[in-house]
Amino acid sequence: MSLLELQRVHVHYGLIQALKGISLTVERGEIVTLLGANGAGKTSTLRAISGLVRPSAGRILLEGTDLTHRKPHEIVELGVGHVPEGRRIFPRLSVEDNLRLGAFTVHDRTEIARRQEYVFTLFPRLAERRKQPGGTLSGGEQQMLAIGRALMMQPRILLLDEPSMGLAPVLVESIFEVIQRLNRDGTTILLVEQNARMALEIAHRGYVLETGEIVLAGSAAELARDPRVQAAYLGAA
Amino acid sequence: MIVHAARRAIFIGLVAGIAGWHLSLVGLIPAFAQRRLVGDALTFSYALLVALLALAAYATGRRYPGAVQRIPWGILSALLSSLMLFLLALLVTHLNLRQILLNATPELARVLTFGGGASGAGLVRLLLIGLLAGLFAGGLSALPRPWGRVIVSAALMTLLLGLLRDVLGPLLPQVVTSFLYGTAGLSLAGALVTFLLAAVLFTLRWSLRAKAVTARATAAVPATLRQPVTQALLLLILASVPLWAGLFLSNVADFVGFYILMGLGLNLVLGFAGLLDLGYVAFFAVGAYTMAVLTSPEVGQRFTLDFWIALPIAIVTTVLAGLLVGLPVLRMRGDYLAIATLGFGEIVRLLVLSDWLKPYLGGAQGVTRIGRPSIASWRIDSPQEFYLLVLLSCLFAWFLSVRLRDSRLGRSWFAIREDEHVAQAMGINRVTAKLSAFAIGASFGGLSGALFASLVGSVVPASFSLLVSINVVAVLVLGGMGSLPGVVVGALALVGLPELLREFQEYRLLVYGIVLIAMMLFRPAGLLPERIHRRELEEAVEEAREIAPAEIATGRG
Repeated sequence: MSLLELQRVHVHYGLIQALKGISLTVERGEIVTLLGANGAGKTSTLRAISGLVRPSAGRILLEGTDLTHRKPHEIVELGVGHVPEGRRIFPRLSVEDNLRLGAFTVHDRTEIARRQEYVFTLFPRLAERRKQPGGTLSGGEQQMLAIGRALMMQPRILLLDEPSMGLAPVLVESIFEVIQRLNRDGTTILLVEQNARMALEIAHRGYVLETGEIVLAGSAAELARDPRVQAAYLGAA
Repeated sequence: MIVHAARRAIFIGLVAGIAGWHLSLVGLIPAFAQRRLVGDALTFSYALLVALLALAAYATGRRYPGAVQRIPWGILSALLSSLMLFLLALLVTHLNLRQILLNATPELARVLTFGGGASGAGLVRLLLIGLLAGLFAGGLSALPRPWGRVIVSAALMTLLLGLLRDVLGPLLPQVVTSFLYGTAGLSLAGALVTFLLAAVLFTLRWSLRAKAVTARATAAVPATLRQPVTQALLLLILASVPLWAGLFLSNVADFVGFYILMGLGLNLVLGFAGLLDLGYVAFFAVGAYTMAVLTSPEVGQRFTLDFWIALPIAIVTTVLAGLLVGLPVLRMRGDYLAIATLGFGEIVRLLVLSDWLKPYLGGAQGVTRIGRPSIASWRIDSPQEFYLLVLLSCLFAWFLSVRLRDSRLGRSWFAIREDEHVAQAMGINRVTAKLSAFAIGASFGGLSGALFASLVGSVVPASFSLLVSINVVAVLVLGGMGSLPGVVVGALALVGLPELLREFQEYRLLVYGIVLIAMMLFRPAGLLPERIHRRELEEAVEEAREIAPAEIATGRG
């Protein structure tokens, strides 16, 4: 059984159809990336998985458990961590409070402290700024905080939405290194990314979305070699 | 260059002049012509005018570098404002504007010119005072660091003491009173002594802080003792209020208490969870009317309940009302939520006013003969005795607020306030979080209302107008959203002070407007802003660090 499985998922926003029957799987321990242009439905896919939008048809399964009609907070408790697009940390709360909110579903204090310490070893910068309001961090630090916050729930699968958005190239490098390290530490990752080159470098497999449909699927290496992907997303001639 | 520099001074001078016109024509300045602060000469009206001129000079001065520039430009704008005031004095003397502007009387002209009248003498007097105010304000900004602040604080202190003559007079020992106060306001000697004493005190405070002597002095007391000791002292002072405060002051303290309770309640909803509730008065009304209906023999049922039985029922009823408001507005945010709750507040007021419910709620006449609490044979009757009950309720609400703030529920409110979507993605149940904020927040308002009804002995629909909701929101804005000490300071300033300064009543909304605008400009976070708290998690982190450094280093504990 796959860790995460989407079966012909449709999503509508009013009359507009964002997803037209997406089916995909993510296996345990994988990094899977979703590629596609703006408006292709990448973010909608993630939002459907974490329950922030309700699919109009289709099923979403997490290790066989149906997530389709669950509330967002229940889906979190089942082990889906979502790092939303544009970071969206809690700006007026301290770094520590942001992290603690990530572990909202955890009640054991020592466990929370242990996870926080893990996040701090991943992102030493956050440890330095633990008392600072999240809104005063730099863009890269906020992205680290957003990822760290999602890690606090120790998710079975981590949904990352555009982690490189708006960051300097050096920071993008280090964020991707962290993603790889997380994956080596055992976290399964579904990565939505505009930066296809970087995404395909670290991913095992990938799907290409176009206007709400999957048009291409395969291993990261296959996709990187595919002329259509090269033309559309890798900027090759 | 000089033209450009002059433009700023002229602009501020004109703005201050227009502000002076406005305050005069709405009647705020002439209203205080009889309030003598110091001696027979200095009335509160004059103090306001001088403050306005000085403020203009100060605001101008601080935009220029160095005393050489600050003082003359400051004087220029103060003189301009004086001229504008004189112009108004001329206008109201020679033109009869009273048909349109009620306060455009010759009396106003006399006040504006500091008694000189709209003549050459008045002009000279006004310009002279403008010059002095400008010189004073410019000089203050040129003084080295603490002195300006010390002088202003001491002067304000003196004026406040003069203002509160009627309140403080009876409280202080006879000897002190007869020395400090004249027939009205402070005596000259009293004012001088007060000013000097206050100046010395403020200087001391400043120098102590600068040299960190206080830190050393307090360090002598162990840290574990310090906080409980200060808290106990504070409690003792608070509890002793009925002993030294008279009937009037106790009454004011009770009303401040009602607003502190409401402020703490709304703080949970608005300050913590970020839900703008403009109908908070509804909960106050529900609490008050439940208490009224249950304990008064006049309306509804034939039996009456004891206060102590009615109180928990009133609180439970308001919790239900809180849920009732919360449910339909769960999906609303920001301005939509504000409008919906505003409507709810009005609905409750109209319901209690309606003829339809008159047999049960008394209609426009309201309900009288509301029960008072008694403990064994002691009947809690006077405002002084009631104060203890109000104090206990406030302490309880405070304690609960602190516990909630540091709890999981509190954190979920903060998260919802910051970003509702992400809060859900963190595993927070939006429905329970919001409803609990509404319900618990409402209960404080209900408690406040129930106590209010019992103290006053009667409730009428007019007591539950929109203004109450606005007052509570203003209390929060003034004190600082989410800040608990802020609620107390806000309630003291917005409810306590106007009660003490009766002439203000009519201008309450005007003053609110000014205060709120000034707050937005100068202290948008409130007088005592909420700070990011030290969390108890720190200790847990330390523990974990000691337990399992190896596990943590490898990533998975």
